[in-house]
Amino acid sequence: MTAVDAPPVALARTNPVAKLAASGVLAVALVLSLDWVSASVALALELLALPFAGVPWRRLWRRTAVVWLAAPLTGLTILLYGQESGTVHVDWLLVRISDGSIELAIATVLRVLAIGLPAVVLFLTVDPTELADGLAQLVRLPARFVLGALAALRLLAVFGDDWRALELARRARGVADRGRVRRFAGQAFALLVLAIRRGSTLATAMEARGFGAPGRRTWARPSRLGGRDAALIGGAVLIAAAAVIASVATGHWNFIAGR
Amino acid sequence: MRPAHLTARGWGWRHAARRDFAVRGVDLDIPAGQRVLLLGPSGAGKSTMLQGMAGLLGGVDEGEEEGVLLLDGVPSASARGRAGLVLQDPEAGVLLARVGDDVAFGCENLGLPRDRIWPRVSEALGAVGLDVPLRASTSRLSGGQKQRLALAGVLAMRPGVILLDEPTANLDPDGVGEVRDAVERLVDATGATLVVVEHRTEVWADLVDRVVVLDPSGGIAADGSPADVFRREGDRLAAGGVWVPGHTPHLPPLQVAPGAALLRTDSLVVGRGRQALAAVELPAVVRSGGALAVTGPNGAGKTTLALTLAGLLPPRSGRVVAEARLAAGAADDPARWTSRELLSRIGTVFQNPEHQFLAAQVADELAVGPRALGLPETQVAARVEELLERLSLARLAAANPFTLSGGEKRRLSVGTALASRPGVLVLDEPTFGQDLVTWTELVLLLRELLAEGAALVTVTHDGAVLDALAAERLVLGAAAPVGEPA
Repeated sequence: MTAVDAPPVALARTNPVAKLAASGVLAVALVLSLDWVSASVALALELLALPFAGVPWRRLWRRTAVVWLAAPLTGLTILLYGQESGTVHVDWLLVRISDGSIELAIATVLRVLAIGLPAVVLFLTVDPTELADGLAQLVRLPARFVLGALAALRLLAVFGDDWRALELARRARGVADRGRVRRFAGQAFALLVLAIRRGSTLATAMEARGFGAPGRRTWARPSRLGGRDAALIGGAVLIAAAAVIASVATGHWNFIAGR
Repeated sequence: MRPAHLTARGWGWRHAARRDFAVRGVDLDIPAGQRVLLLGPSGAGKSTMLQGMAGLLGGVDEGEEEGVLLLDGVPSASARGRAGLVLQDPEAGVLLARVGDDVAFGCENLGLPRDRIWPRVSEALGAVGLDVPLRASTSRLSGGQKQRLALAGVLAMRPGVILLDEPTANLDPDGVGEVRDAVERLVDATGATLVVVEHRTEVWADLVDRVVVLDPSGGIAADGSPADVFRREGDRLAAGGVWVPGHTPHLPPLQVAPGAALLRTDSLVVGRGRQALAAVELPAVVRSGGALAVTGPNGAGKTTLALTLAGLLPPRSGRVVAEARLAAGAADDPARWTSRELLSRIGTVFQNPEHQFLAAQVADELAVGPRALGLPETQVAARVEELLERLSLARLAAANPFTLSGGEKRRLSVGTALASRPGVLVLDEPTFGQDLVTWTELVLLLRELLAEGAALVTVTHDGAVLDALAAERLVLGAAAPVGEPA
């Protein structure tokens, strides 16, 4: 995985479980309401906290590009087709832009950014092995499940190579000129067959090293939560609380389950 | 660690999905500390036997067991951790992203306390001579290093018996040497019992005390010292596909007279994506009736060069030029040919045959190329018929390509390329991991193609192939790639 080779940044020293918890707290608080106040308060506070993550700007832009792109697109959709209320400004076929849809669009753009940015930044530095250690030792998920998933993750790179080889082989076999859709389906099926085979070999290799043996498994790498992790989760809770309180206090809170 | 002894009494195993037993009627005693080479023709159940010894065959839902297979007197399945198994595919043995974590994995599963795991990890890496940091990425290791990593992972568990299933079959000569030496060092140091399965017996012949030959019809065909078994059973073993010292195939010298140039390179640099891998500075020429062999260490870009010559990958810079005789009206750049234009001009045999299979039956697989060329069905049928005979696949015409044995898959993959009668055939490691029987059949087939005037480009480590095809060599170096026509 890329995280193994990534240059160390301040965030890399926090436990992946803490990062998972922090982005979870923000996401839960922000999906409870659809107003613009809670989202903008959260986003503003997150942007203030961002420099402390220690991620170089260039890398930050590159990795968060998808969020910056997705947010306005989502907003645009809501703007054109969102629930209408108040004055209608444009009415053309299915498109109906109203005061209500404008407000909803702005709230949605802010919300996608406020949930997406911290999630991307936090997971930028997550090492899959450390995440597995944390999930098994701290969250107490079953070792079989966590380690199976971790080992399977490594196969993804192999599947990428398989896919490229399958593609070249189809060109070599003379069938790559036409029938793109059908070829894609055939290639996907071939990859599935290879994947199942690789999966069962992987299972044998894991069992050959005593995986699944009776008795308690130990963990070579300790996974602990420390002050840094507490600070990260605490920060996320504070941002979430500030966003909710500001929204409720200004009367914009709009609980989704209550609509 | 304490060496383990193995005992089989009338042992047999039938995989749940199969009608016949994979192994049957085996009576065998391997005393603690003995080093055994386990042989047998393809399909004799050697791998099944090793998995049985490792206790990995599973319960009644995975198959049917006969007799007993004991490790230190207890059924091997309940002696987990006493036997350590290394598999053939180096890719399959790597489980985790970092070297240290990967070696520690087995110790964790055995429930070893943390403070005892890490010293064992360092010790095991030292024993196999893998001198890389614990945090090094496992995906960057070479094939030989990956196999030594798998060996270290097994060693850290301190097993009483080390089981190796064709550990060097997929390695280049350097990798083979590395792994063999590592195994020798560690059995010398630990005294562990060793059972190796491998077609290429010369690698292990002087390291083992005993050779056991499984009989495909059940039981044991031969058992004794290496010299003894090879002398008495050499011919029979060679006929069954085992590479026995002194029984290598003797082929008459090949009279080649390479003819007209079909492909040539011009300041070619090859690579994948943005990354340049290898440069061929001196022009290389592929001639009708001649073989060009691409050799060099792992990671030198041999496969990439072969796929570029085959018109499948565009060059990073420079050119691959198809002469008019080969291009036959198409552009002179093979990378710009359509898939169909490529078909009758350059055929490619991939390293993994499974990557190139498209059909559900062997006969249909051979028909894919001729049909794509738009040949009438009578001609398609004639070509398929001829290839089925030539490749001895006739009785498998209706079988699914994925269910064939390794050697059959290899022959079929060569056949799929031959079916459209290309002027140039590009092969990536065609003899990798093949037993003696398949190896000989393949080499004879390639020599016939040369005699018929086809041009061959082959990536290979196999010196015997180079000699048998009288191949011109293009040597890629890891550090400074150079073209070096011999």
